[in-house]
Amino acid sequence: MNLQVPVTAPLFKPGDMVRIPLVWPEQKGPCHIRTPAYIRGHSAQIICHFGAFPNPEELAFGKPAQLIHLYHVAVSLSDLWDDDAKQDASLLIEIYEHWLEKLSP
Amino acid sequence: MSKKYKNPIAAGHHDLGGSQDFDNAKVNLDDESIDFEDFGARVDALRLVLGAKKIMSVDELRRGVEAIPREEYFQTQYYERWLRSMIYILLEKGLIEAKDIA
Repeated sequence: MNLQVPVTAPLFKPGDMVRIPLVWPEQKGPCHIRTPAYIRGHSAQIICHFGAFPNPEELAFGKPAQLIHLYHVAVSLSDLWDDDAKQDASLLIEIYEHWLEKLSP
Repeated sequence: MSKKYKNPIAAGHHDLGGSQDFDNAKVNLDDESIDFEDFGARVDALRLVLGAKKIMSVDELRRGVEAIPREEYFQTQYYERWLRSMIYILLEKGLIEAKDIA
């Protein structure tokens, strides 16, 4: 397996609507996950594709890491928080492709 | 800003984004029990050496920090957690033994 080349082309393009899955791998044992808890289960919009980077979940165990596509995604603040969240403001956050699910348009 | 958390949160205790438990916790710069420089600088230097020699990555450091049990996690300071993590990872790799840490 050539770890330097992503297995697939990017699944998403700017403007696509996605969802961060509501899953908790950390409940199964020690791990290192870069997707914060508070955005899981929320929908987001792809803003840009950064390229592909070694999967930190594998690097955390000192393993050879597959390159995974990384995106900037926007999550609506009013979706995340109850108050003080301006309707048009959003959180920009970097998320790896295996933490994104396609939302049907 | 208050929690909305429509979703159940089963995150690790290190995953504090959105938590309000630590709001406005002030750091007392006059607290002499806090060593702001020497200890942290030495721990950081050790981590840099382990990284430069390809013995241990930052990602492994983070996994080790996140593996610290909740009670211990919140009783220790930032660089103490780093040091605990480095010991944990080096023990795991078999590069040191428990008897090496007096």
